[in-house]
Amino acid sequence: MSETKGRYEIRLSGAGGQGLMLAGKLLAEAASVYDGKNAVQTQSYGPEARGGKSKTDVVISDGEIDYPKATKVNVLLAMSQPALDEYIGSLQPGGMLVVDSYLVEEPGRDDAIAIPFTMLALEECGRKLFANVVALGAVAELTQAVTWDSLRSAVLARVPKGTEKINDSALDVGRQAARQFLEGK
Amino acid sequence: MAGNNKTSKQVIQGNEACAIGALAAGVTFFGGYPITPSSEIAEILSQTLPLVGGRFIQMEDEIASIASIIGASLAGAKSMTATSGPGFSLMQENLGFAAIAEIPCVIVNVQRAGPSTGLPTQPAQGDVQQTRWGTHGDHSIIALAPSTVLECFTMTIDCVNLAEAYRTPTVLLMDEVIGHMRETVVLPPRSSYKVVERRTPDPDTTDYCPFECDGTEVAPLGAFGGAHRFHVTGLTHDRHGFPTMVGEEVDRKIRWIVDKIEDRADELADLEEFETDDADVLLFAYGSTARVAKSSVRALRERGVRAGMIRAKTIWPFSRKRLKELSGRLKLIVVPEMNLGQLIIEVERAIAGTVPVRHLGRIDGHLFEPDEITEFVLREVGK
Amino acid sequence: MSQAIETARTYLRPSKKLPTVWCGGCGLGIVMSAMIRAIARVGCEKNDVAVVSGIGCTGRLPTYVDFNTLHTTHGRALAFATGVKLATPSLTVIAAMGDGDALAIGGNHFIHSCRRNIDMTAIVANNSIYGMTGGQYSPTTPHGKKGTTAPYGNVEHAFDVAALAVGAGATFVARSSVYHARELDKLIERAIRHKGFSVVEAVSNCYTSYGRLNKYSSPVDMLRWMKESSVTVGAAEEMAPEELEGKFTRGVITERELPEFIESYDGLAKRLASDPAAIERVKGIIRTFDETAERLNAKG
Repeated sequence: MSETKGRYEIRLSGAGGQGLMLAGKLLAEAASVYDGKNAVQTQSYGPEARGGKSKTDVVISDGEIDYPKATKVNVLLAMSQPALDEYIGSLQPGGMLVVDSYLVEEPGRDDAIAIPFTMLALEECGRKLFANVVALGAVAELTQAVTWDSLRSAVLARVPKGTEKINDSALDVGRQAARQFLEGK
Repeated sequence: MAGNNKTSKQVIQGNEACAIGALAAGVTFFGGYPITPSSEIAEILSQTLPLVGGRFIQMEDEIASIASIIGASLAGAKSMTATSGPGFSLMQENLGFAAIAEIPCVIVNVQRAGPSTGLPTQPAQGDVQQTRWGTHGDHSIIALAPSTVLECFTMTIDCVNLAEAYRTPTVLLMDEVIGHMRETVVLPPRSSYKVVERRTPDPDTTDYCPFECDGTEVAPLGAFGGAHRFHVTGLTHDRHGFPTMVGEEVDRKIRWIVDKIEDRADELADLEEFETDDADVLLFAYGSTARVAKSSVRALRERGVRAGMIRAKTIWPFSRKRLKELSGRLKLIVVPEMNLGQLIIEVERAIAGTVPVRHLGRIDGHLFEPDEITEFVLREVGK
Repeated sequence: MSQAIETARTYLRPSKKLPTVWCGGCGLGIVMSAMIRAIARVGCEKNDVAVVSGIGCTGRLPTYVDFNTLHTTHGRALAFATGVKLATPSLTVIAAMGDGDALAIGGNHFIHSCRRNIDMTAIVANNSIYGMTGGQYSPTTPHGKKGTTAPYGNVEHAFDVAALAVGAGATFVARSSVYHARELDKLIERAIRHKGFSVVEAVSNCYTSYGRLNKYSSPVDMLRWMKESSVTVGAAEEMAPEELEGKFTRGVITERELPEFIESYDGLAKRLASDPAAIERVKGIIRTFDETAERLNAKG
């Protein structure tokens, strides 16, 4: 592909109901509306509203984005074992694998970045449903695909009124976990 | 919304842009039935229409949905429905009614893989010929195919405008990729697009002929409840709207509903050309497939192939003009489509055997990958 | 007499549309004239009335009457009428349908129209047969009666049109017959005046396609059957079930109040227009182009 210049592909995968579509949307908004780049988000899903396999692709580029889907994924987030098994093949050589170690037992790669997002969400934020935002914070920190301020702005503009503080801290929980992982390496 | 104002960048879905486009074009009535992957359009219009003086209704099926928008249009409202393949099949009956009765209305079809229930959440471009020929009898239609989220906005406006100007049903032929994709857009301000209002009869006219078809211009359309009472029927009718079996009148009427659109095919044609100046290999594409084709053109150029692309934004009526002009210097045309060969039929008719035309079809519910089209072309040109 | 001629002159289309396509002895002319008398008594301006129909003999009715008239596809009259009414609520909208049109191919639209309670009137001219296509059995052909597709007698069972309408939620349901022409127009008048979805079943006769196959000697014989086989709702209340066997009831069968669709919808729209949170949400969706935002501002 010749439009790879500045093209960065992020695939967020897991089970339906984990909030990955929203996470993808926030990432695309952070990159586009706030960082001033171009972004395209696509998704694929089955008939189930909850469970099943779910994925969303976010393509970020300085230039025009013709092809909307990810083909040579730069970073894959897997929030469930079936999603990891399905999408690991799409990760390009040298690409980054991030897994929720609370839900994925066999990352299958030694260099996988394993962080227990769901457990962190439960313990630090009080509810599992913040796992997507925790993971988003970690992915942003690990990849620097979007600037931190932009991600915060995007998240805070979208989440329901009254939940800004908890979402903000969920982002930070993810960021700190990513830093600790990198330091511990 | 923090950091956003009305001219700023945003990331929205194609379906969302379509719904906003409908409001921008002045649509005040939507009747629809839920179906993946189009439902967001209905959801957004159900939320917004009551606040802008319009009305939304969820009908009992798609047959009723298109019937309701035709009825509303006759009562003077710009009207729209949205659906996908299975619903579009049900709409064919009344699409024919709108064609013969010359009632403006817009049908959005977010295409998914068929036939039948097929793959509800996966894209396809399998309804292209159905759009043209799905309802029985001779008629014509206008159909536009967006490739970007921005075009979902602008082409919805175009569809409304064309429906009003030509008194015809128009179809926005989207696909699941474009409908559900979120993309960076800056939607244009009101000053940058035109909104067409329906031509209505002079209230003082004593002999209003709502179905005048003398071959010059599209007759004005009054509204039920307005200055003129008139009759509308799906039976073949005379210029006043009353049923006729007089051969000459029948012939004139049916030729009119075809010719008023087909005679303007070149005028209505909207194309995007990419790298066609020196191209000898042409990709002819539309909808989400055209985005892939554009990537392939770039890749092919890097490989030394003088490739270019025509993207048809207007699918129906199909204009042959530009293809004919280019055919002299082309050595190959490739038509990638998410079907087993639909718009290629029109390309072949335009080219009439002067240039080899090859089809690349994909029907597994997935968009092409750029390498797939690139490698197909490389094989075809012997590289 | 002069009154009748005057009414005909006022409401029938003046030129070339008559005579009708209907056979001699058909009840549809009586249904049409009952509808016209009802509209005249309600006092609607002709421009403010829309008459919508589907396909079949009844489908031709709008051709002859001087209103806004819409002859649609088979079974779909009510779905088209729904759009007409929602776009211009000031119109008096009447859908005239036959039994096959309203209840077979249009059955789904019929029951959902009953449920929604949009302020329109459905007239179902029930002659128990598909007349125009030559006498095939319909959803209201009685068990055992003959049609050209039930040559040995109908093995199916008929809908009770009024009961179906009541069950589906219509807020005004009445029935009469073309023998009881004066009663019929009074019921149609009440139906038009009723706020909400109203259904009038007009028991009619098709001598050509039904009467001849089912041993009626003439159209008059069929009218005689209507006279002898019907009882008023009031009388029926005093009768035992055995006495009512083979008879139909006439009069108002249901009349009740329920919020009407457009009133409910517009009431909701009005509340939303003064709800800052709703306006903000919608502005958030359509913030991207000025005109609608302006329309919102103007309303809000």
